[in-house]
Amino acid sequence: MTTGAIIMMVLGLGLTWGGAALCIRKAMQKQKSRE
Amino acid sequence: MKREQWGSRAGFILAAVGSAIGLGNIWRFPYMAYENGGGAFFIPYLFAMLTAGIPFMIMEFGMGHKYRGSAPRVFAQLGKKYEWLGWFQVSIAAVIAVYYVAVIGWAISYFSMSFTQSWGADTNGYFFGEYLKLGDNNSPSQLGSVQWQIAIPMAIAWAITFAAIFGGIKSGIERASKIMMPLLFLMVIALIARMIFLPGALDGLNYLFQPDFSKIADPKVWSAAYGQIFFTLSVGFAIMLAYSSYLPEKSDINNNAFMTVLINCGFSIIAGILIFSILGNMAHEQAKPLTEVVSSGVGLAFITIPAAINLLPAPYILGPVFFFALVIAGLSSHISIIEAVTSAFIDKLKWSRKMAASIVCGVGFIVSLSFATNGGLLLLDLVDYFINNIALLASCIVELFIMGWLIKLTAIHKHVNNISEFSVGHWFKICLRFLSPVFLIVILGTNIMTTLTKGYGGYGQSDLIILGWGLIAAMLILAVVINKASSTVIAVNKPIKEV
Repeated sequence: MTTGAIIMMVLGLGLTWGGAALCIRKAMQKQKSRE
Repeated sequence: MKREQWGSRAGFILAAVGSAIGLGNIWRFPYMAYENGGGAFFIPYLFAMLTAGIPFMIMEFGMGHKYRGSAPRVFAQLGKKYEWLGWFQVSIAAVIAVYYVAVIGWAISYFSMSFTQSWGADTNGYFFGEYLKLGDNNSPSQLGSVQWQIAIPMAIAWAITFAAIFGGIKSGIERASKIMMPLLFLMVIALIARMIFLPGALDGLNYLFQPDFSKIADPKVWSAAYGQIFFTLSVGFAIMLAYSSYLPEKSDINNNAFMTVLINCGFSIIAGILIFSILGNMAHEQAKPLTEVVSSGVGLAFITIPAAINLLPAPYILGPVFFFALVIAGLSSHISIIEAVTSAFIDKLKWSRKMAASIVCGVGFIVSLSFATNGGLLLLDLVDYFINNIALLASCIVELFIMGWLIKLTAIHKHVNNISEFSVGHWFKICLRFLSPVFLIVILGTNIMTTLTKGYGGYGQSDLIILGWGLIAAMLILAVVINKASSTVIAVNKPIKEV
């Protein structure tokens, strides 16, 4: 794979799954603070 | 009657993600990305996700949560004269449900065949000739007879959907989603883990991700990105309104919407990795350039992938896993589509869930038999084109126009910010009032002009007029007639007041 392709793959996966992970973390923190 | 509720937040997210993740994520997105600049496509795609997908999802979650009802009830509570849009959206869902299940039926058939690869070496000839039994004399209006090798797996798909809907929100849909979605993710990850090490797989990924930044200047690529976002998220046709109406009063709407959209788009990229590693390996094995084997849609799933599976090591394991993942992705979406229809009847006619599920699934099964015929594929192709490219986009535009310009979008904005852990700023309203409608109008306008001037798929004008334009007109008339006939205001579940 070329460097450009790797960068775009990491960017796409990072933004979507990274964003989702942050949201899930936030939701779990809220859950914990309720308990 | 107290409205049903999701048992847990995770259950709602998994159900909403299951609805959004469908066959399109697997067979449409990878090709769209490949055709529109490879890795560079992610720039307009992610921009569209942030400016259209997430705001639209927040709006629909907010509407469903605030007004506590299926689409017709939500729009009726916004203004009695808008109820028709809810019924129009429900009719879109109903039409999609009856043809989408045919594709799930094909996937179930191919799942059973994949253990022995009984489709043989000529996968194209097998799919059209032996499996669908599509004849030269068939057309969307010359369907031929019911093909039981399609109808029986389709009945299995209907039975699973019926069981989930009949069981209710918590015991049926939520339970099914909690099994299906982790299973789907596990299967796709397992497939990638094996495929990525096959010869040629990385070359395939290179084709998918290699950026061609010159494409970013092409407005068509931006239209494709926005179109893909609207198609993939199950917005604009009653599903997310119904699902969010079952949320408890205290719900973090904004975060839920972000999670649903991000996971869906992330899954699309993962599906792209899977598909292009399979195609890369296939191209390598056949000593062909990837451009000769790449395809999308039905052709990809039932012709190219079976041919690729023939070339894989341990095809009796990888083949069934791939088609099982396809079945699961389809079923989780089909359940949500049927729930959008069922909940509308429960709200409107005060039917019990069991009765509504039985009638909707029963009638749906009978109607869907028309897609299990010799010419079913042609009918499916034609109806799918008009529903997705005209009716759904029109529904999204009208919804945005009503919410953004006729009714105060500010009320929904305030509502979601009041109950959510983090707030969304004014970009939310700007995207929904200006950016999304502009892109939608451009895409819909182009689609209408292309269809009027060039037709579609080489089908006869009479088929286009009756089964395409006529179907949309009939859905619209039906929605307006129901709206006119509604004399009572539906207000069993009162909207949630501002906190």
